[in-house]
Amino acid sequence: MSKFVVSRRVLLKAGALSGVALAAPRHFIRDAYADDMSCNIPTGDTVTLGFNVPQTGPYADEGMDELRAYQLAIKHLNGEGDGGMLPTFSSKALKGNGVLGKKVAYVSGDTQTKSDAARDSAKRMIEKDGAIMITGGSSSGVAVAVQSLCQDMGVIFMSGLTHSNDTTGKDKKRYGFRHFFNAYMSGVALGPVLGEAYGKDRVAYHLTADYTWGWTQEESIKNATEALGWKTAAAVRTPLGAGDFSQYITPVLNSGADVLILNHYGKDMINSLTQAVQFGMRDKQVNGKQFEIVVPLFSELMAQGAGSAIKGIYGTANWDWKLDNPGTKAFTQSFGKEYGFPPSQAAQTCYVQALLYADACERAGTFYAPEVIKALEGFDFDGLGNGPTNYRAEDHQCFKDVLVVQGKEEPKDKYDLLEVKKIVPAKDVTYDPSMFGGELGPADAKTC
Amino acid sequence: MFGNLSRNDWLLFAGFSIAVLTAPVILQPLGAAYPAILEKFCIFGIFALGFNILFGLTGYLSFGHAAFIGVGSYAAVWMFKLLTMNVLPAIIFGMVMAGFFAVVIGYVSLRRSGIYFSILTLAFAQMCYNTAYSVLTPLTNGETGLQLTLRDPRIVDAMFITPGSGLPRASLFGLDISGGGFAGFYFCAVALIVCFFLSMRIFRSPFGMMLRAIKSNQHRMRYTGFNTRPYLLSAFVISGVYAGLAGSLMAATDPLAGAERMQWTASGEVVLMTILGGVGTLVGPVLGAVVIKYFENIFSSFSERTLHGVLGFLPDGIENAVVEVLSLFVGDGWNLTLGAVFMLIVIFLPGGIMEGIRRIMGMFGKGGRGDRPAVANQAQAAE
Repeated sequence: MSKFVVSRRVLLKAGALSGVALAAPRHFIRDAYADDMSCNIPTGDTVTLGFNVPQTGPYADEGMDELRAYQLAIKHLNGEGDGGMLPTFSSKALKGNGVLGKKVAYVSGDTQTKSDAARDSAKRMIEKDGAIMITGGSSSGVAVAVQSLCQDMGVIFMSGLTHSNDTTGKDKKRYGFRHFFNAYMSGVALGPVLGEAYGKDRVAYHLTADYTWGWTQEESIKNATEALGWKTAAAVRTPLGAGDFSQYITPVLNSGADVLILNHYGKDMINSLTQAVQFGMRDKQVNGKQFEIVVPLFSELMAQGAGSAIKGIYGTANWDWKLDNPGTKAFTQSFGKEYGFPPSQAAQTCYVQALLYADACERAGTFYAPEVIKALEGFDFDGLGNGPTNYRAEDHQCFKDVLVVQGKEEPKDKYDLLEVKKIVPAKDVTYDPSMFGGELGPADAKTC
Repeated sequence: MFGNLSRNDWLLFAGFSIAVLTAPVILQPLGAAYPAILEKFCIFGIFALGFNILFGLTGYLSFGHAAFIGVGSYAAVWMFKLLTMNVLPAIIFGMVMAGFFAVVIGYVSLRRSGIYFSILTLAFAQMCYNTAYSVLTPLTNGETGLQLTLRDPRIVDAMFITPGSGLPRASLFGLDISGGGFAGFYFCAVALIVCFFLSMRIFRSPFGMMLRAIKSNQHRMRYTGFNTRPYLLSAFVISGVYAGLAGSLMAATDPLAGAERMQWTASGEVVLMTILGGVGTLVGPVLGAVVIKYFENIFSSFSERTLHGVLGFLPDGIENAVVEVLSLFVGDGWNLTLGAVFMLIVIFLPGGIMEGIRRIMGMFGKGGRGDRPAVANQAQAAE
């Protein structure tokens, strides 16, 4: 092998070359001298929103519906189509000419329902595509992970479908906002209905998706049912995306429980419910009572997937397209015209989140994140399908009516699967913001 | 110490370093010049380099290397939570923990070779994944992933600085590593260059020669009086520590550790990276890592809109037809494209991308013989 000998000339050359190499990328570091700059303030004539939704994995159906809703929202914000909920929205700041005079564009990414992948795609949208706001997600695990990333980058995160208490509880963030309801509200709304329907003397068995949403929902439902006088036989955790739940369902029958509570969502819930029904659980008599199944968080998409298995099953929902108010009618009509079927609750919450963000920018008169946050905090609005709603400043959680729904016995068509049994008013599900702990953190702007 | 590196090696090393450090410029036209993906390139490059020391040199195909990434990540995040946001203790602890796991797993798994070894490592990795996912939830926070919180003690930091109101960023003596920005990338890039140098040293050392001897004929080596197991175990631990470094860098650039990093798909991915780039070559695994991560992050974000934008020059009818077909291969179809590319490479270039480069260089006469093949023969499993 030849010896490596460095001559003076070679050394000089190498030094010059590496100097150039090290200096070149400086050119790409954005300068951050202006005072009112936060991450990705648009400078051209468009403003870019980032839609981070699951397109693969157990929550893919919800994700695709969310993306449809976002695309519709963009159209309406830019003044195309029939305007959707813009005319019914109580705030009239949005004129259908984009946001602050800039045309709205979007980029999308696939979260794969995995925290790592979701953060990767959110980073891509922020760092490469210049997204000023990230929204979407169909899992609380992902929402919590992306929310903390957005806090760190100084980009506002308008979460999509996330139902865990932690999202606006122990893991709440100044830059994160949630329109969707949470597990605590489900428990408070569902408890009395279950008591009325199934009596005060029941034994419940929980099957729970093993992540933040499952844990908090299990806790909330347990508290609500135990307050009724029910007992809890066992609470078993199942992995997300398990596919086959038979090994978890068989022990239920021998446990002495007479109610099965499925803290599952998306394809997991479709699988576990279908299998439980196939096992003949709903025809069984236990402790002299009819065996019942409860799915605390329900959606149209899951009802479609589970088919006839959902008949008569109780749950809660954030919104339903059959509600009788102008916002809901306008949105359902507009969505139906575009895609040929009614929107799911995931679609509604995402559409509303996009509108709320755009409206907050208009009202604040700037894209500067701390000002937009101020405009959203404590905002009272109506006409977006859920009745009068308040974005609580203390934890960035929306407070509005909660629906208790039941699977219809005789649906008219495949979109008419859930019946709204009871509308629980917002004041009944309101709780003390300090209940779940956590801190919002600072709102100071970051330049990314 | 540098005696056994030839002039060509030094040239290769200099070329590699320059390429890595100028990546933000070079990759600009490909749309992959933002910090997050450049960091991923470096991190998975390190992972693949380490994997290649085991697989490329000894031929032992480990199917459980993702476990070490996960261990490194969790260890690093715990350091951030308990001690300090400085990345150095986190990285060192991550490597130590990964090394410890590698010793234990390697000690058991290396009693077998070939497919049995692969299955054993796979089993260990799945065990790690499942315990992290459910049993060890207090330590790993299950599916949600381990994150920093405002209430973490951070003992060392608390002694020296008054904490700000928000979550602190991972830093290297005041230089922000997490939270975007090119500092994080340069930190990873330097780590990659150091790892590349070490890997080159191992390839050219007598130790590397021993490992290659194990690959070509382990029985003969035993007959000549060598005990092969210590060599194998060292190779396994070295590659485990590389993976631990990759994992802790992941945590340093983005302080979150999730169990899915340890899933078998992640272990399979590094095998793909190494084979795609060229097993047993020095630069190949890094190239393979870059290609796969590029596909995963950039290709998957192309939508029909992007295609319409690119193919706008075609007449409308043809454009729509072409977009229709191509859209199967972009967006969530990126796996399909990657599969096709992988198949083509394995069939026509069994030596991976590096063999392709070598052939192209070969076409330009004797001057461009390409870099010296580190291992002349191709991948073969240990017996």
